[in-house]
Amino acid sequence: MNEALEPVALRAMLESMLLIRAYEEKAAAMQASGQAAGTCTSVGQEAAAVGVVAALGADDLILTNHRSAGHLLARGADPARLYAEVLGKSTGYCKGKSGSLHISAKELGVVLTSTIVGAELSLAAGVGLAASMQERDSVVACFFGDGAACEGSFHESLNLAAVWKLPILYVCENNQWQAFVHRRETMPMDQVSTWAAAHGMPVATVDGNDVEAVYRAAREGIAHIRATGEPYFLETYTYRQRGHYEPDDQGYVDKAELAAWLARDPIDRLQQNKQFSVVEIQTIQKRVAERIEAAWATAVAAPYPTHADLTADVYA
Amino acid sequence: MQNLTINDAIGQAIAEEMRRDPSVMMFGEGVATKRHELLNEFGARRIRNTPLAEGIIAGAAVGASTMGMRPVIDLLFAPFMTLAMDELVNSAGKLRYMSGGQFRFPLVAMAMTGTGWTVGAQHNHNLEAWFVHSPGLKVVMPSTAADFKGLMKSAIRDDNPVLFFIEMAMAYETGEVPEGEHLVPLGKAAVRRAGNDLTLISYGKSMRACETAASQLAEKGVFAEVIDLRSLKPLDEDAILASARKTGRVVVVHEANRMCGVGAEIAAILAEKAFDSLKAPVLRITSPDVPAPSSYPLELAFAPQADAIVAAAESLLAPTAMTSRPVLTANAG
Ligand SMILES: Cc1ncc(C[n+]2csc(CCOP(=O)(O)OP(=O)(O)O)c2C)c(N)n1
Ligand SMILES: [Mg+2]
Repeated sequence: MNEALEPVALRAMLESMLLIRAYEEKAAAMQASGQAAGTCTSVGQEAAAVGVVAALGADDLILTNHRSAGHLLARGADPARLYAEVLGKSTGYCKGKSGSLHISAKELGVVLTSTIVGAELSLAAGVGLAASMQERDSVVACFFGDGAACEGSFHESLNLAAVWKLPILYVCENNQWQAFVHRRETMPMDQVSTWAAAHGMPVATVDGNDVEAVYRAAREGIAHIRATGEPYFLETYTYRQRGHYEPDDQGYVDKAELAAWLARDPIDRLQQNKQFSVVEIQTIQKRVAERIEAAWATAVAAPYPTHADLTADVYA
Repeated sequence: MQNLTINDAIGQAIAEEMRRDPSVMMFGEGVATKRHELLNEFGARRIRNTPLAEGIIAGAAVGASTMGMRPVIDLLFAPFMTLAMDELVNSAGKLRYMSGGQFRFPLVAMAMTGTGWTVGAQHNHNLEAWFVHSPGLKVVMPSTAADFKGLMKSAIRDDNPVLFFIEMAMAYETGEVPEGEHLVPLGKAAVRRAGNDLTLISYGKSMRACETAASQLAEKGVFAEVIDLRSLKPLDEDAILASARKTGRVVVVHEANRMCGVGAEIAAILAEKAFDSLKAPVLRITSPDVPAPSSYPLELAFAPQADAIVAAAESLLAPTAMTSRPVLTANAG
């Protein structure tokens, strides 16, 4: 599993990470200027999203949470429809009913996004159960945070997946923060994989700011799930560079810790280590910036839902 | 008097109670980070951050309360209370009765709710009536900064579990708050405006819509009495009945949806105990029976607004109100 990645694949990952970064920075800037409501960004965690999603196949499924833009964009979501959802427009993925916190997109295999921390862990068990009952080859990737691992549903989900042999790739993005509380205040050890291992499944903790390492680890986990039908636990060790949501002055964040992690920024690292040519990087950045500006303009121009939409989609 | 945000009025109430009673403590996700003035004054033993786990937060509060502590827990947003339902409903609400009165549970569980922040239905759910329907619990939902302080202090001193709801749209708005000892009793409504023509009964943020509606009606020569319930359980039946007997016309307004909401209970009380005084059917203005939408225009359409209240009031005052059913407006649900 250690062969070098194709330059094309790496370039695609870089572009995906830059797209996520640009998308979220724009969303944050629009919040700051009063043009959008607050959102939770994943700035600094792009490698975790891109590395895992790149390793998934077309029939695989994703469950995610409040910090989902990276997972959605890595999976090919249209930034214009994401912005539309953030702005409460009818062209958003959830017709404006969700806002930024619980965007799911069935057409992309991103099912059942929940902002109830830990809910995705409960629901993933059922999605995995269906995949197993229906003898589909789908792997269910469940993204969640270190905070979610403190909820009872974390242990309930891992236990059920282990004893029922459910095809779930648990992806814990350990970004060191649980809203306004540091991870070190809420759990006695540094890695969530310690807990997961106790549930009797194979685990790996990987440098979450190294997209190649994440991709390789995810591929290994997915291969295990496809071969055995059983769950696998992957922890991406990373850092939430911005606040819990926008706006957040991060007054409670240790400056030295933040600086140390900023120096390990996943996008900078990929750009430096792989020596993409300056022109190449500039070309990608320009393409991404144009896409984001166009997406924002499209979303702003889109209509709001109508009064009749208020009572639509309550029951099937 | 001082001018405080509602959030600070709550913080002041907790600080004052912590000074007078060493058994009062507070914990929740981010409590020590966000309420650092409490942390500074009372230290890390009494003001605690918790792991992200509502069930154990509530469970720890229930267990500690029965052993003589008076915990205040912050469950952040009302929908997260569903993860603490077993501890709040099955334990705090029942184990006193089920033990033949051996135990008491002096705890306060607070959470924010309501439209205004476009956060959608997993952060905004006016589920206060669920707890009203559960035996053994008390429920408050104030609407003024002074009441937030006075009711929080009373809730902390009460020997029963109190659910304390905060409208997120109001949390950072300021209002006048009495300094020092200011207690508002649980179970007492406040008459915010006196009037003889009809009664508007509400609580929480919908009180504003009622007061706006009452002003608009007054300009047209219609004088509404406006009652702020403040406590939903115990419910101030006397205040409700007294006003209904005086005006004969009642509109209940709340942002929670209609079916089995607090308004349904009030309408039933009026039918049972004040039927002879009613000159028109009791009306409810509520949100529709849908999860709270995120989109701002849909949030506005979801929550009761003053114009709908004015229209409902006028329909009650029409000469035919008793015989023809008033036309409900769009957001009358
Ligand atoms: C059940 C529940 N409790 C609390 C919250 C409020 N909340 C939202 S995100 C968050 C922190 C989550 O931490 P983690 O799982 O590590 O994810 P991260 O935000 O770091 O990506 C909290 C406390 C919530 N949404 N749901
Ligand atoms: Mg985290």
